[in-house]
Amino acid sequence: MTGSSTTYLLEMQNITKRFPGVLALDNVTLKVKPGSVHALMGENGAGKSTLMKCLFGIYSMDEGEIIFNGNQVSFASSKQALENGVSMVHQELNQVRQQNVMDNIWLGRYPKKGIFVDEKKMYEETAAIFKSLDIHIDPRSKVSTLSVSEMQMVEIAKAVSYHSKIIVMDEPTSSLTETEVNHLFKIIKRLQSEKVAIIYISHKMEEILKISDEVTIMRDGQYIATRSAKDLTTDEIIKLMVGRDLSQRFPAKVNTPGDMILKVSDLTAETQPSFSKVNFELKKGEILGIAGLVGSKRTEVVEALFGIRAIKTGTIELNGKVVENHSPKHAIKNGFALVTEERRSTGIFPELSISFNSIISNMKEYKTKSGFLSDRKVTSDTQWVIDSMKVKTPSQKTSIGSLSGGNQQKVIIGRWLLTKPDILLLDEPTRGIDVGAKFEIYQLINQLAAEGKGIIMISSEMPELLGVTDRILVMSNGRAAGIVDTKTTSQEEIMRLAAMY
Amino acid sequence: MATEALKKSNTVDSNKTKVSKWLVDNVIYVVLILLVVGIVAASPDFLSMTNLINILTQSSSRIIIALGVAGILITAGTDLSAGRMVGLAAVISASMLQAGDYAYKMYPNLPELPLFVPILLAMAATGLVAALNGVIVSKFHVPPFIATLGMMIGVYGLTSIYFDRPPYGAQPIGGLSEKFTTFAQRGIKFGQYEFPYLILYAIIVSLIIWVIWNKTQLGKNMYAIGGNPEAAKVSGVNVARNLIIIYTIAGLLYGLTGTLEAGRVGSATNNTGNMYELDAIAACVVGGVSLSGGIGTVPGVITGVLIFQVINYGLAFLGVSPYIQFIVKGLIIIVAVAFDMRKHSKKK
Repeated sequence: MTGSSTTYLLEMQNITKRFPGVLALDNVTLKVKPGSVHALMGENGAGKSTLMKCLFGIYSMDEGEIIFNGNQVSFASSKQALENGVSMVHQELNQVRQQNVMDNIWLGRYPKKGIFVDEKKMYEETAAIFKSLDIHIDPRSKVSTLSVSEMQMVEIAKAVSYHSKIIVMDEPTSSLTETEVNHLFKIIKRLQSEKVAIIYISHKMEEILKISDEVTIMRDGQYIATRSAKDLTTDEIIKLMVGRDLSQRFPAKVNTPGDMILKVSDLTAETQPSFSKVNFELKKGEILGIAGLVGSKRTEVVEALFGIRAIKTGTIELNGKVVENHSPKHAIKNGFALVTEERRSTGIFPELSISFNSIISNMKEYKTKSGFLSDRKVTSDTQWVIDSMKVKTPSQKTSIGSLSGGNQQKVIIGRWLLTKPDILLLDEPTRGIDVGAKFEIYQLINQLAAEGKGIIMISSEMPELLGVTDRILVMSNGRAAGIVDTKTTSQEEIMRLAAMY
Repeated sequence: MATEALKKSNTVDSNKTKVSKWLVDNVIYVVLILLVVGIVAASPDFLSMTNLINILTQSSSRIIIALGVAGILITAGTDLSAGRMVGLAAVISASMLQAGDYAYKMYPNLPELPLFVPILLAMAATGLVAALNGVIVSKFHVPPFIATLGMMIGVYGLTSIYFDRPPYGAQPIGGLSEKFTTFAQRGIKFGQYEFPYLILYAIIVSLIIWVIWNKTQLGKNMYAIGGNPEAAKVSGVNVARNLIIIYTIAGLLYGLTGTLEAGRVGSATNNTGNMYELDAIAACVVGGVSLSGGIGTVPGVITGVLIFQVINYGLAFLGVSPYIQFIVKGLIIIVAVAFDMRKHSKKK
């Protein structure tokens, strides 16, 4: 043991991990100091989660060593890692929705009285943790009744409750509002003061620069650099992450809005509380952003346009004619398309091929006179999706689940373009997608607008809205707080509108 | 004025939703009560202590097997081999509990054993088979449907080999010793009524299972594994070990059921328990156990069993054709689950 190793809480040295045919981690090193926030950055597929899975013993590494707290360790399971003071806030909310909050927090280590679970102690300790973290959730409420951001806070409280020396947070803010992010940062600061180290995985540059002390950047399974966060800028991080100079995060705009194509008047949802009296117009070739806090019912509005949610009052006019979308089937027929927010649960069929995933919304087009599907047409349309969306895939038969998030999203957008929509609704189209692929998606959106499609895009990333859209509808608590011109607006104005009601 | 009226209509509204929510949450209990009320309306004689005891007696062993199956269903598994395991236990216990003077004894030289020995042996056998189910499901990742389908067929073979052999071949194993039949057929006398031990056994088992499900780590792990196996795993739950224990407990319950069935009927064959698993699964789903895992309660399972027994017994009491009883039972299963799905799927 060398003297220098004691300055680090965790050292992962020269980690190499091979999968059949792929070198997932190539000699990667990560050194985390006690009480520091260490950001781990890289595009999707750069090897961040593989590295963390090696730490937690979910994967066994082929080469390298892990030194934790001065001792060489090799955890056999996440249970062992947890017992040794290494915990993780998972990106997918790993919760048992049918059980209550405290059951979830103490899962795997229930406090016991004899052979029985000590419910009273469980309640008191949960309440104490929530109090110390300033979280206002009843420990006895069922997880399925919580909002996504509340679930996220429960996950964070759970990680804290292990009294870990190191906590890995994988995209912890993906579903948090601005206020909640600040709340999380307060929690992180408190943990830091207790000498807890945080490994912070996120795609959000602004957050990383605000909260972290050091940044380690990975690319294609390789270690690229570790820098002090205060010496870095967003552009530098992107440059290190993608290995090329992205002079701009957003492509130059090429679309020009034309005549009005869609007019939404007084739209009110049938089941309240939800959105009410929403009005807006969309022009041909225009990209209309929808901004708002989590819970401002943005998704609900586009779902209503697409016929998933019932409307009580209000009209939708397409090209001057009132349309009624009672179901997605009607909506598709009327020229609407929706790329949903939850790609994994409502977008892809993960086990099935790219071909299947491309043509599923357009099936009737492939029926021949005999009633069977035309293989030739299916193949040529799938190829069109792959070529025009620039999907990186070995073949049409590859299952979509094996592609990166960005490539999956391109297939989904391609799927909807096959239905030849006039209106393309995109709900968080770049969520969970790496920087390089984001740029390509932006280009695609621009290009589609330039071809005359009307595009509505919900996003929680302010820079993205400001960089891609023409106008932005700001939702606040189910109501349209205002529509701003992207060229002349500011982040502050949007935030002010978002907090209006 | 206007606001007051609005307020009023709001509280009426919320009361209404409260009532309808309560109805949806407790629909199975309501169904059971309605069934009884309906049968009583058709024939007031139905309301008697004798009928109540008969229904409870018939329900007892079904409750025990159903609680075993329910634990597995809650882990998002299933068990098609439960009925055949009941048969295995019935044959084993009956073969060792034949009366000393019975002419066709399977083991002519076997002395009369204390009651608990054959019962424990039978339970050990089914416990072992069920543990094997658990290992196959959790270690070899065979889907429970397939694993237990294979086990169902295999165990029948095993039971048949044990059962059908010289010198008497495929004869029902009868002539059970008196202490065995007393154990399963008699009861505690209260005046003119005899309250069968069987009901007592079912109550004891139900209490034990309720405690396991609600008060122990194993129970909470069971719900967690069924609700979100990934979450259980990353929280440090040993999923495989917990699954094996839950399958084993189910096996022990099937063993007990088999023994009680042999004693109650007075004999056992290799076909004892045939298809019991489907009745048990039906009772569970009617009782609100979710086949996708994570949801289910002991009172729910018991009510599910009772609903079927009330239909069986009540419709027979009314003289309704048994064929119509099948139609009613089939409808109940489908309608109950359709209602249950409403609870979980919110209208958008």
